[in-house]
Amino acid sequence: MFVHEQSLKSQRNGFPQSKQVMQGGKEMTGSEIFIQCLIAEGVEVVFGYPGGANIGIYDALYGQSTIKHILVRHEQGATHAAEGYAKATGKPGVVLVTSGPGATNTVTGIADALMDSIPIVVFTGQVPLKLIGNDAFQEIDIVGITRPITKHNYLVRDIRDLAKTIKEAFYIATSGRPGPVLVDLPKDIMAQKTVFEYPERVELRTYKPVLDGHMMMIKKAAEVISQSSRPVLYVGGGVINSNASDELRELAEKLKCPVTTTLHGLGSFPEDNPLSLGMLGMHGTWYSNIAVSKCDVLIAIGARFDDRVTGKVESFASEAKKIHIDIDPAVIGKNVPVDVPIVGDVKRILTRLNELVSPLKTEEWLNTISEWKQEHPLRYEQKKELRAQDVIQTIGKVTKGNAVVVTDVGQHQMWSAQFINWLHPRSLISSGGLGTMGFSLPAAMGASFGRKDVPVISISGDGGFQMNIQELATVVEHNIPLKIFVINNGYLGMVRQWQELFWQKRYSHVKLSNPDFVKVAEAYGCPASRVTHPSEAEQSIRQAMEYNDGPVFIEFVVAEEDNVFPMLPAGKTVDDMLDNPELFLPQTNGRTMFTLEKGKENYAANPSFA
Amino acid sequence: MPQIQVSHSAQSNGNGELHLQKHTISILVENKYGAFIRIAGLFAAKGYNLESITVGPTEEEDISRMTIVTRGDDFVMEQIVKQLNRLIDTITVLDLTFESFVERDLVLVKINTSPETRSEIIQISEIFQAKVVDISPRTLTLEATGSQQKVDAIIMMLKPFGIKELARTGRVALKREFQGDV
Repeated sequence: MFVHEQSLKSQRNGFPQSKQVMQGGKEMTGSEIFIQCLIAEGVEVVFGYPGGANIGIYDALYGQSTIKHILVRHEQGATHAAEGYAKATGKPGVVLVTSGPGATNTVTGIADALMDSIPIVVFTGQVPLKLIGNDAFQEIDIVGITRPITKHNYLVRDIRDLAKTIKEAFYIATSGRPGPVLVDLPKDIMAQKTVFEYPERVELRTYKPVLDGHMMMIKKAAEVISQSSRPVLYVGGGVINSNASDELRELAEKLKCPVTTTLHGLGSFPEDNPLSLGMLGMHGTWYSNIAVSKCDVLIAIGARFDDRVTGKVESFASEAKKIHIDIDPAVIGKNVPVDVPIVGDVKRILTRLNELVSPLKTEEWLNTISEWKQEHPLRYEQKKELRAQDVIQTIGKVTKGNAVVVTDVGQHQMWSAQFINWLHPRSLISSGGLGTMGFSLPAAMGASFGRKDVPVISISGDGGFQMNIQELATVVEHNIPLKIFVINNGYLGMVRQWQELFWQKRYSHVKLSNPDFVKVAEAYGCPASRVTHPSEAEQSIRQAMEYNDGPVFIEFVVAEEDNVFPMLPAGKTVDDMLDNPELFLPQTNGRTMFTLEKGKENYAANPSFA
Repeated sequence: MPQIQVSHSAQSNGNGELHLQKHTISILVENKYGAFIRIAGLFAAKGYNLESITVGPTEEEDISRMTIVTRGDDFVMEQIVKQLNRLIDTITVLDLTFESFVERDLVLVKINTSPETRSEIIQISEIFQAKVVDISPRTLTLEATGSQQKVDAIIMMLKPFGIKELARTGRVALKREFQGDV
């Protein structure tokens, strides 16, 4: 075996030879070129942290006012802030950090962006080219570390490649299935000078995302749909990435087809529409999961048949013909065999599909679904004690969909998905694929820089909040009018729930000993209060929503042991679904209702979880 | 059966996958820093079987050709091809298995010899049209080229004499110009 590699040449990749010279062919340093590239890309805000290897770039940032730089307090915060900004606006988020630990601290956020298809571009400083490989101070092979967790990454080895590489990085991050791109910038390269030319457009012979779906496949999909009497639309974040909510609504209403969404699909279809089934999957609504298991045609759009959605994959929509529309060919047929694959941009495909379909006779199907909705609604019992569901439902009630809600990961995340009525795209931002605790506060901060039209709310648990609590300093410094709600149950609630249900209540290391969160927030300079009683919740949330002079923090002290229901246990089928035992109905319409006890028996027989 | 397997993979889990169809995949990639490791890393990260992997220059200076021999069912093969295509540096991915193609594998093998066995080894090498490329009082080094089966066969024939060292390239392949009847 023999490996030959050579350094990049500046004229690779078939770039158009006639480049537009934006700065009149002026000679600049790499750091100055970097700034000019960001300006050319229309970047408004960069989240970053300076250090030895990127000090030259920070020098170029000094004294210019076009690019706003936000100094985070930890580099992980910068990547999540960039994700939040990107999710809230649809524009790429930008991160600038130094080499070594600065770079490694971005890893979790980069992985999160890959899993959730979020366009971010991460620039890392690097030691001078001649020191690479020498174990220099703060040297790390960040390109090697992030190779499997980026959509693509680069090490710039020649000043003449810098502008072209940055152009490619933004193009790759934002086109096709969006994702993170990392560009590693050696210190000496950034100090060298060259004539700045920013390419007008990118031509990569190796990367040309398919946008227009194959017409024959779209016709085939329309034909399969026309024969359906029990269709379900299963919709993911791809619809939001493609800005295709209007086309989706047209399709659903034309077909009279119920719509269920993934976590990232929430908001793509308004939940006040009677065709909405809410979220499906592990903590999805009972009726969405049943509807998917009984449907005859499943139309998957911009979703990837994730295990948290499907449960036992062989039983997922097993009676249905499956149509799968996605921009990434690799997700089609990955987990579930598909009858009609359509690769392309969701918006373009739905526009064409809408012209080909006609209304279906789904009255009976919709009636059956509305019976299921009545039998197993999403609900919980209000008690004397404050419950997390009270808080979240009240947030939904007060904001009426006119807010960007950024959740963390765990029980409150699932309750947020369930008990807030999602009406608009880009109104929920959450870490789904990677499930990153500590996501909410920095992501909400990033979202605030992109969205001034609606209030931004961060909801965390007491566990996740402490994983990026340092960003309170950034929020206070910039006086961001962020609503920071921490739902404190004193536990890592989701793990505790699994231990309660499936591990004989052996609560191994899930009890948290917490600081006084109100004092902590106040120490950072953020007005803070604590709510402990259900009667205070609504008033406090309203006050927080009306306060616009800066950040506001509320800790909600809630019931310690509470569970998210329904629950479709990992790797199981709808028959194993657990509904809320508080509200258990013994028999309805002759169908057996599955109880918590039955679910536990199933587990005793086969205690294997994903 | 070949006694010596060419395997560069930690995840090729022994005999479990041997019943699966062998596939030869030819990939053109940008001759760029890290392109090779992206592809090898993809096989490691996704747990795909990897029997051999070769890379070398092509007629175009900025393009490399990689030839990968892997095993998997249709489902896995579809994923492998899709995931390879998804990498930004890949230009084309072609599964040669269902095409007509030429393939070559090269082995250098150093065998223990004595005056009694030397002529027999040379006879065997002539049958396989192998060349003697190095000789010493106690060893003989042969170079053999051919299909993987042929290379497997000569290795098997030489094994009883005692193989001291062996280096094998893994398969390189090109699609035949004429496919089917001409």
